Amino acid sequence: MAAAARSQVMSLYRTMLRESAKFPSYNYRNYALRRVRDAFKANRNVEDPKAVERLMEEGRQTLALIQRQLKMKLSQQWKSL
Amino acid sequence: MLASGRTVSSRLLRPTAWLPLRLSSERTAASSPQKELIKKHEQDELRPLYMDFQATTPMDPRVLDAMLPYQVNYYGNPHSRTHAYGWESESAMETARKQVADLIGADPREIVFTSGATESNNMAIKGVARFYKAKKRHVITTQTEHKCVLDSCRILESEGFDVTYLPVQKNGLLDLELLEASIRTDTSLVSVMTVNNEIGVKQPIKEIGQICRSKGVFFHTDAAQAVGKIPISISDWKIDLMSISGHKIYGPKGVGALYVRRRPRVRLEPIQNGGGQERGLRSGTVPTPLAVGLGAACSVAQKEMEYDHQRVSMLANRLVQKIMSEIPDVIMNGDPEQRYPGCINLSFAYVEGESLLMALKDVALSSGSACTSASLEPSYVLRAIGADEDLAHSSIRFGIGRFTTEEEVDYTAEKCIEQVCRLREMSPLWEMIQEGIDLKSIKWTQH
Repeated sequence: MAAAARSQVMSLYRTMLRESAKFPSYNYRNYALRRVRDAFKANRNVEDPKAVERLMEEGRQTLALIQRQLKMKLSQQWKSL
Repeated sequence: MLASGRTVSSRLLRPTAWLPLRLSSERTAASSPQKELIKKHEQDELRPLYMDFQATTPMDPRVLDAMLPYQVNYYGNPHSRTHAYGWESESAMETARKQVADLIGADPREIVFTSGATESNNMAIKGVARFYKAKKRHVITTQTEHKCVLDSCRILESEGFDVTYLPVQKNGLLDLELLEASIRTDTSLVSVMTVNNEIGVKQPIKEIGQICRSKGVFFHTDAAQAVGKIPISISDWKIDLMSISGHKIYGPKGVGALYVRRRPRVRLEPIQNGGGQERGLRSGTVPTPLAVGLGAACSVAQKEMEYDHQRVSMLANRLVQKIMSEIPDVIMNGDPEQRYPGCINLSFAYVEGESLLMALKDVALSSGSACTSASLEPSYVLRAIGADEDLAHSSIRFGIGRFTTEEEVDYTAEKCIEQVCRLREMSPLWEMIQEGIDLKSIKWTQH
């Protein structure tokens, strides 16, 4: 059970890093990459399956948030004034 | 695109401290820090590095994500009681209120949304003083407060109140015995800011709260720079009123909050009258998207507080160590221990502050607070801590925040060292110092 979850965790991790790297803003991009990496590293040894599921859900929601933000294509050069 | 996936996963198997991700998207980071910065400049139309987190902060993407629905689809007035637009907007506002309250350990009913910490400060100081003016005519504050607090006190003085502006010690901290001695029987309010926005000094709020509670005086603190960055408990610290600012904690500009204690009840005379919103203390439609943004910012700050604090401390140490080990005659203003690490105010002797700022044109810094940056006078905060006139003119404030990177800190430190050395080379005062002449012994002739 845990082994199957591991590949899911790694897949989520890779996807989150891939999406985070697409932020046009230097500061947001670096923050997202760093925060995702540190969050996964900090929770590396969590055993309890319920806790793992909760964290995975949090991760999926954060991934959805990142994707929503990226979809808005908030480029730095965009200024109407 | 496939290559990028493979590269990332192969890197994951290696135990590296830092993953230099090579992703093929042309907007993303290259490997070396130098290339990073160059790419950044290209993309950002040569915009400077942002190192002024005390002036304002960029919005966290999580905050923007929370706010957008309320800017676009859920646009109802939260005070409309008769339809779903109003109900959903009110529900969002109350959720935000709870998020703000949870961050400081308060009850949601004690939070009033305002337009910012300036309004909150005005409300607290003028409101409390005016409400209790029949019996109590004295207010105490410090000399290092934010301009809005000092200006509100000045207005109170013109209304006939007595205001004591307590001096601070050389390290920026308030002398507790002096505070206790200054409290009179007719004192209604003491106002001391938690973390100073110019020098980063953290006042002994717990002890001040204890003193005020024991003397039966209301205690207000301007916590704009402290909320979400250091743990705050209004019950442990015996705070009666607290000002919160949205745009200092990665939230939107134009919103803030005032915490007003209900037990024991603090009464205020409202400044803004109208339809009786926010318990009658601050009438006017609560801007739901902004309130939701403030709530989200507080909730994110609560989750990230420890991580951010560790990181900001590490980066601050890195910056200060680097600068101070390379160049002499650099003084950090404010107590080295009792401080928030992300606000560093350094004075570079024999270098003029404004010229250093101009020399560091690719880093966004400030010398003193944003509200006083237009005037040419040296900062009153530095004067209050007893800094020499010439040192007060040579001070720069470095602000480090959640989004600051190691490369930005290193670049800032290097540039700063380079420019300080260059400016000192050009300075005749520096020449005289090198020759061992004591500047204070010079008799400047009049022409």
